[in-house]
Amino acid sequence: MKAYNVINTRLPRVDGRAKATGDARYAADLSMPGMLYGAMLQSPLAHAKILNIDTSAAKRLPGVRDVVTWKEAGLVKYGVSPARYDEQVFCSDKVRYVGDEVAAVAAIDLETAMEAVSLIKVDYEELPVLLDIGSAMAEGAIAIHEDFPGNISAEVHQEFGNFEEALKECHIVRTDTFTNKRQDGGFLEPQACLARYDLNGNLTLWSSTQSVHYVQRSVAMVLGIPVGKVRVVKPYVGGGFGPKAAVNAMELAACLMSRRTGKPVKMVFSREQVFLHSRARHQFTHELTTGVKKDGTIFALRNVCHLDGGAYSSFGIATIYYAGSLLGAPYKLPNMKYDGYRIYTNKPTCGAQRGHGGVAARAGWEQQLDIIAAELGMDPVEFRLKNMMQTGDVTCNDFNMSSLGMKECLEGVRDGSNWGAKKGKLPKGKGIGVACGFFVSGAGYPIYRSETFHSTATIRLTEDGGGVNLYTASAEIGQGSDTILGQIAAEALGVSLDDVRVHSGDTDFGVDLGAYSSRQTLMSGHAVKMAAEDTKRKVLEALSEQLNVPVEEMDIARGVIVFKKDKPDFSRLRTLYIKEHRGWADQPSGAELTFREAARVAFITGGVIIGNGAYKPGELGGKYKGAAVGTSPAYGCSAQVVEVTVDEETGKVTIDAMTDAHDCGFAINRTNVEGQMQGSLSMGLGEALFEEVRFDEKGRVANASLGEYRIPTALDMPNVKTIIIESDEPNGPFGAKEVGEGAIMPTIPAILNAIYDAVGVRINELPITSERLFAAMKEKRKK
Amino acid sequence: MKKLITFTVNEMGYEVAVAPNKTLTQVLRDDLDLLGTKEGCGVGDCGACTVIMDGKPVNSCLVLAVQADGSTIKTIEGVARGDSLHPVQETFVEMGAIQCGFCTPGMVLSATSLLEKNPHPTEHEVREALSGNLCRCTGYQKIVEAVQEASRRMKG
Repeated sequence: MKAYNVINTRLPRVDGRAKATGDARYAADLSMPGMLYGAMLQSPLAHAKILNIDTSAAKRLPGVRDVVTWKEAGLVKYGVSPARYDEQVFCSDKVRYVGDEVAAVAAIDLETAMEAVSLIKVDYEELPVLLDIGSAMAEGAIAIHEDFPGNISAEVHQEFGNFEEALKECHIVRTDTFTNKRQDGGFLEPQACLARYDLNGNLTLWSSTQSVHYVQRSVAMVLGIPVGKVRVVKPYVGGGFGPKAAVNAMELAACLMSRRTGKPVKMVFSREQVFLHSRARHQFTHELTTGVKKDGTIFALRNVCHLDGGAYSSFGIATIYYAGSLLGAPYKLPNMKYDGYRIYTNKPTCGAQRGHGGVAARAGWEQQLDIIAAELGMDPVEFRLKNMMQTGDVTCNDFNMSSLGMKECLEGVRDGSNWGAKKGKLPKGKGIGVACGFFVSGAGYPIYRSETFHSTATIRLTEDGGGVNLYTASAEIGQGSDTILGQIAAEALGVSLDDVRVHSGDTDFGVDLGAYSSRQTLMSGHAVKMAAEDTKRKVLEALSEQLNVPVEEMDIARGVIVFKKDKPDFSRLRTLYIKEHRGWADQPSGAELTFREAARVAFITGGVIIGNGAYKPGELGGKYKGAAVGTSPAYGCSAQVVEVTVDEETGKVTIDAMTDAHDCGFAINRTNVEGQMQGSLSMGLGEALFEEVRFDEKGRVANASLGEYRIPTALDMPNVKTIIIESDEPNGPFGAKEVGEGAIMPTIPAILNAIYDAVGVRINELPITSERLFAAMKEKRKK
Repeated sequence: MKKLITFTVNEMGYEVAVAPNKTLTQVLRDDLDLLGTKEGCGVGDCGACTVIMDGKPVNSCLVLAVQADGSTIKTIEGVARGDSLHPVQETFVEMGAIQCGFCTPGMVLSATSLLEKNPHPTEHEVREALSGNLCRCTGYQKIVEAVQEASRRMKG
């Protein structure tokens, strides 16, 4: 492998010091002179007609500066995908879940704003409340959205190969049903924003978002402001994991009230509002029928999925496709049939969350494959290896595995966990399980139909040559993209990471679709690499004229100019630089011409040196309906082995050890890759063992706090043995592809399979609570 | 009616008039501009607002500001000495213990407090000491490793 100076290292994060000292500013930390505080009125009912909204008492309260409802906000529909714009800033005809936004207030302080909210009087006429898929799909059920009778928000029907025909060749055919529970994002930072509309009609919105680009477009469309006058800026964001990828009503309300009052307006979600807003993982119910030939060839899969979508579509239109398309691979499966139904219910809206759409499907299927392996008398690792895809293989739904270190991952966790000595040999109550998975490395298409570049990047050198400023609209949300992109810029330009200042998360810096679908390392990374190469070329061209050395005979590395042939006399340039910077510290010295001197010459001869890069994926496979969801320039993949102890008296599960191998193509930053792997496993462990958003009979979230909705603590997570596999992705910058989401895929099924190995029961409903596991063990003893 | 409280924060004396329903988190953030203290839940579940009060880590969202009258408090802004980071901050930065950073101030304070009382904690003791500080990003492993490494560095 080529030797690098900046990438494939363990350099510390560029934002580490700011975050370790409390210096990093998040949206809720921002304030401005004259700022107003906003608060929202949200529906207390899950489904009701709005008969009347009386804001007069709220408006009369001293200190209130604005009160807005649909009358002020208008009736423009928005959402994530233009195919399903079904949200309004404020409800006009009816409310569809507890938490649906009805009105907002801006006042001189938060207390006044909240008091004013309590003075808004809304007359409702209650409607039947549909809290699950069964009641929402029942004959004669009331339509939550008039345009969607039967409450089907979206449905998908796909077939690749011929499932029914294929079954005839199968030796084992089995059907299992698997269901997870609605999960919460559980990020530590509640959403917050600050909007400022200025006297020239320019709107700036600072918001804790995963995508400044999508928020910019939504704000412009909904409020009718030219997009060129809307700037969205992302300060540091305290985790997103998917739910912060779409615009929210709070952002739109703050913008609206700032425009109306001429004052900055700040709004912050409470933790309860985070749960009400949700946009997190759906509840999926998968009925999976898998056919396998006598020799262990996985040959056919039918997947019928119902998603409990909540009240609106949000990212759900993509989720329903992913729930089908993320099965099959990484195994050579020629026949696959999928029927998916996303159902509206009177609950908070679900959307994207880490491993978007694929996590429950993967859990159910990898458990079923484990059952089938046992029926065949095959070791689960051997069974998977037999069916494994390889680099260059294409799935039946046309996903091109342009690099796939899946076999290396599986062998890595097998050997790393000492599988052979443990599988089937551990004492009763202890078990070991394995699973695999894969994920996209960036959605192949934007969420709206467009020819747009997915990522642009600009590098501007300072006039003294000493600073490299990188501008990108990409979103650092904790995953480390500022560091990764800084490293890519530094490597491609030939300087150190310290020389690069990363400016990100601002629509003024270009276009970037944002932090979702594990896209930024590959897509933003490509744009940054191109911008750095463009910058390097401009510097070397200027230098070439001055020194009469052809560009091809020069390079830049480690901050100095590399002359591939004879080193020319550059004393004139050095003297010039030193004279120009007399009295400055740190003058260039030594036998090498520095990047600084070269960049200064480039500035003097050509003005500010600016390099540009822009990326969009090339031609991707799949011409069928829905092919846009799942096609990607590259796919990451992973395998995990989990070891558990089950307390047979109580059903309590303890995760003893996890071994995880992930193929990220090429690790730009090895520490960050491990961090993504460990974080993914932690979220998977939580979903497997205890996370579940619960509702009462009126559709209110029953556990809208981080005390009652439990996410893993330091005592729940074991240490993870992480194995990084690098398959050198041809479509990735420096060979890199995703790690942020794919790593969660095998976690839940590996736990399920380990529990089976420990106590011999299969669990088909998450979370695997003590009660559920105890009941299953009791049932088994009865038999 | 507001009440005047006197307390020491990061070795500076303050006199602040506070409403009786204000939490310590709110006063630190809104009145003292110490924005490193984060509010993740407001009800003592997440630990993001952890500060050291009279030598003990507390969830500052569960402390009324009037209860802090007369106390000595350390926030994340008081941990580093100028440019010189505390060993816990150093290892957090170097070893990948930080991702989104929202839990980091509380984590750092809980960890420094642990190491003051127990300079050589076992891995389990570290995990127990941090179990009131939620982190959704890291899976905790690199945080635990960073605290252990800081413990080793502080020995010397």
